[in-house]
Amino acid sequence: MSAYNFAYLDEQTKRMIRRALLKALAVPGYQVPFASREMPMPYGWGTGGVQVSAAVLVPEDVLKVIDQGADDTTNAVSIRRFFQKVAGVAVSEATAQATVIQTRHRIPERALEEGQILVYQVPIPEPLRFLEPSEIETRKMHALEEYGLMHVKLYEDISRHGEIATSYAYPVKVEGRYVMDPSPIPKFDNPKLSMAAIQLFGAGREQRIYALPPWTEVVSLDFEDYPFEAARAPHACDLCGAGDSYLDEVITDDAGGRMFVCSDTDFCGERRAAGHVGRLGESA
Amino acid sequence: MYVAVKGGEKAIDQAHDWLAEARRGDPSVAELSVAQIREQLALAVNRVMAEGSLFDPDLAALAIKQARGDLIEAIFLIRAYRTTLPRFAASRPLDTGAMRCDRRISATYKDLPGGQVLGPTFDYTHRLLDFALEAEGLDRPAVPAEADPCAMPRVTGFLDAEGLIQPEPPCEAVPGDLTRAPLELPAERALRLQALARGDEGFVLSMAYSTQRGYAKNHPFVAELRIGALAVEVEIPELGFAVEIGELELSECETVNQFTGSKSAPAQFTRGYGLVFGQSERKAISMALVDRALRWRELGEDWKGAPAQDEEFVLSHCDNIQATGFLEHIKLPHYVDFQSELELVRKLRRAAGAEVRAGAQADAQAAAE
Repeated sequence: MSAYNFAYLDEQTKRMIRRALLKALAVPGYQVPFASREMPMPYGWGTGGVQVSAAVLVPEDVLKVIDQGADDTTNAVSIRRFFQKVAGVAVSEATAQATVIQTRHRIPERALEEGQILVYQVPIPEPLRFLEPSEIETRKMHALEEYGLMHVKLYEDISRHGEIATSYAYPVKVEGRYVMDPSPIPKFDNPKLSMAAIQLFGAGREQRIYALPPWTEVVSLDFEDYPFEAARAPHACDLCGAGDSYLDEVITDDAGGRMFVCSDTDFCGERRAAGHVGRLGESA
Repeated sequence: MYVAVKGGEKAIDQAHDWLAEARRGDPSVAELSVAQIREQLALAVNRVMAEGSLFDPDLAALAIKQARGDLIEAIFLIRAYRTTLPRFAASRPLDTGAMRCDRRISATYKDLPGGQVLGPTFDYTHRLLDFALEAEGLDRPAVPAEADPCAMPRVTGFLDAEGLIQPEPPCEAVPGDLTRAPLELPAERALRLQALARGDEGFVLSMAYSTQRGYAKNHPFVAELRIGALAVEVEIPELGFAVEIGELELSECETVNQFTGSKSAPAQFTRGYGLVFGQSERKAISMALVDRALRWRELGEDWKGAPAQDEEFVLSHCDNIQATGFLEHIKLPHYVDFQSELELVRKLRRAAGAEVRAGAQADAQAAAE
């Protein structure tokens, strides 16, 4: 692949993206416009995350790519292959070994450490978009810190359903300033957003980058009398027995049979390798 | 025992092999050559070049072959290739008035200098399937003798000379480039035109059509539609003069729209503008109508709440590569988010069920008492 630069993007483009990343890290939660490039995969399939990863990767990196928490989902496979091809970097499925982790929809179960970078693929970076379709208006609302509309929406949820009826892409407030969309992670993952690793968010189609430096204060929006609550299926993993991981529900037959398994395949595999066995698992 | 959905890599490889086989179709039928596509499916090639924003008929034809004739997929291939190309220079502005026209028509004047030239148009064909085309190896159709090229001054120039149309003063500002800088709203007209020129033909057509049907109605006349070839020149600083580096085929449409005027300004016609690679006149006319609708603020018209007037709406949704990518991404797994919704709905239903049961119990009790 000598026809392409290391990690596909040319160095000028990488610099442009790095400038946006630095600005994003300096103003946590603020959406920085960047001149997103057309990538050889479709918009909506991780072009923002891929551009951010391409801009931060160095040849010594170990890359992990997950989609829905799993390394073996087709789009994760496709993106991992892309970087193997155009950057030749080492890849791993082990969360602990990876220096850069590109993710869609999940934060790994294992706590990330200093020195790691978590890159999120973001479809719609604007947390206010579903309340106000116009970008001109939402930028104004962020500038003026005018988030009343969001609180009204959460309040209406409570009055209609008895609780805040948002289960993923649950909005957060960053360092008491910007309301931010954590990308469509389940709200189960929200408490992990204050972490030791650097978190970078890339939205290619919408041309926005935002970031959370390590240990940024990230608060899920709620009310005193209706506090935020992380939710997961009330089961243990049927393969590894974990009772604290986020679970996927798998339909096993057409008679209502189902099982619950960890969405984080690396976490589940490591537990099974360590001898943990769930309801339907086999001892290693 | 549950078997994890492994094997994504193998599945992808096999899907790609199958795709290659399907692309080739029945091997007993001769394979299409890129040159055949370029020569005989020229309008598809033109569309791919226009929306791919890259004038290269050979590459566009290759993309169409690779995409099995799916033009949006072909446009995507071209866009992804284009984005890797270095930029050597900016050309000098094209003078479309000097175009070597294959086709040039005006709907506002019966005759005019340079005349009306129909060119290779479907316009007055009867749309009857020509079964003779089914037979291959037909004689080459006779080519009409080429007329001597004569000057074809632009129609809006006549109106301009009389001061009847809103002037478009030359501007030295370097136009922005959507592909190199994030779009900021409100956008200037040059950027809007770039977005429309790259925009999906169907989307731009529908937007234009909506203005004709009364959503921001602004009756347009096609002052001129011209299609032809034009040399591209680049200034070489070391030489101190411009050098011709190639030729583009372009479709240009200028519309003359209903006049505006006020107590302080006399009535004048206004303009819409469309310019597209290749012979793409449907797109060029559509673009001119949408351009005109988007100029409402600058021309002092009322905001009528019509989609075609709404710059943010049009510019955010006209790009078919963005649109199709985002639309089709919902095929990707979403089971993590769906799971969280499942849990939420179950929980809300449990809570509601408990309330209903409690309510029924209270009713039964009241009835018993």
